[in-house]
Amino acid sequence: MLAKRLIACLDVRDGCVVKGVNFEGLRSAGDPAALARRYNEEGIDELVVLDVTATLETRRALADTIRQVSKEIFIPLAVGGGIGSLDDARAVVEAGADKVSINTAPLRDPSLITTLAKVYGSQAVVVAIDAKRSDRGYSVYGRSGTTRESRDAVDWAREAESRGAGEILLTSIDRDGTKIGFDCELTAAVSDAVRIPVIASGGAGSPEHFVEVFAAGRADAALAASIFHFSEHAVRELKEFLSGNGVPMRMVW
Amino acid sequence: MNIALVDYGAGNLTSVIKGLRAAGADVRVVSTPDELSDAQALVIPGVGHFSATLALGEDWRGAVRDRLAAGVPFLGICLGMQWLFEGSDEAPDAPGLGLLRGRCFRLPDTIKVPHVGWNTLAVSNTSSRLMAGLPEGAMAYFTHSFAAPTVDATAASTTHAVPFTSVVELGRVFGTQFHPEKSGTTGLRLLANFLAAAREAR
Repeated sequence: MLAKRLIACLDVRDGCVVKGVNFEGLRSAGDPAALARRYNEEGIDELVVLDVTATLETRRALADTIRQVSKEIFIPLAVGGGIGSLDDARAVVEAGADKVSINTAPLRDPSLITTLAKVYGSQAVVVAIDAKRSDRGYSVYGRSGTTRESRDAVDWAREAESRGAGEILLTSIDRDGTKIGFDCELTAAVSDAVRIPVIASGGAGSPEHFVEVFAAGRADAALAASIFHFSEHAVRELKEFLSGNGVPMRMVW
Repeated sequence: MNIALVDYGAGNLTSVIKGLRAAGADVRVVSTPDELSDAQALVIPGVGHFSATLALGEDWRGAVRDRLAAGVPFLGICLGMQWLFEGSDEAPDAPGLGLLRGRCFRLPDTIKVPHVGWNTLAVSNTSSRLMAGLPEGAMAYFTHSFAAPTVDATAASTTHAVPFTSVVELGRVFGTQFHPEKSGTTGLRLLANFLAAAREAR
């Protein structure tokens, strides 16, 4: 049976891991390679390195960080942040990324999804969607959650899939960093609308939140950062809890 | 151990190289069939569309068949394993090597496709050399939409709506639908087992 995935996100800025609350007020959480090694040993299923300030400061994800992280792990590694072209994608893939996560760039030029899928395969293309509740459903935001787009999150997920995306990384801006739980309604709406896997992100604060997002949210994977970074819940404990609650998990370390 | 890793343009090889090296291999990336002649083992990786295997034309097929006939161990990963079959519905015009009977098929739409993530290996060949020492219920990392049917050479199968071949083993020919280089300690063990089989074959 296909296991639900737990994904640790390393939000990286200037080579250090940071974690924001509602995308603001970043605080330091350590060395990316050291964290990657720890998570890998604890049994995390996948890692995401996000260069959180890249789009704002028009920087590419740091190839050195990717190389260092990639050396530590033999599990899938996705990298995002400021990837706006095939050349940007090539730089992170050559540094060791298995998947490329794109967010703002395809909102401007959706054909980038297809371009990357043709070169690296759909399995390597993750379209990240930052969504916020509005009076009419969920609005998509670009540029690290600072710019409201005219697109609806569910429609955009469908379009991304049709253009060749292999996975959707769905972040609730309302919940990000709040630790009050994932936005299960948002996650379920997107998960039901597409056939590709949906990774839920934003709001993880307790083990119960993960049970909820896999059940009510129908997520295929759940991503968190601070819940792992500060050892509030070790990966293994979380997996044991989820497994005990009927969520299929990879229990090998 | 001189391992020839075939680069035919189907995806990035960085992770495969890293995994094989971690398992103790001396990896040489080859991009022409002539370079296979002195290889002690062959690895054909590959992600993406089955049509990418069109790059493995008659010259490649001849060279690979020669090596297999000489008893050189072979490992096909993902597309590289599917290529061992007769073909795939994903690209009907691209012939497989035809070493194994059957065609690769699209996983049914009754479930999420692509099949992405960690899934269980149901071992059917308990004397498999490739899976020696793996714990029962071991999981590996998959990412694919098309899959190979189960055949006599199937050493392990995995189910995503329907069962499909996740490991094949026929003499010294091995294949995995999943990505051992992305499958943590399970994958590294499997790569090490392949290298052990390759050493034994020398």
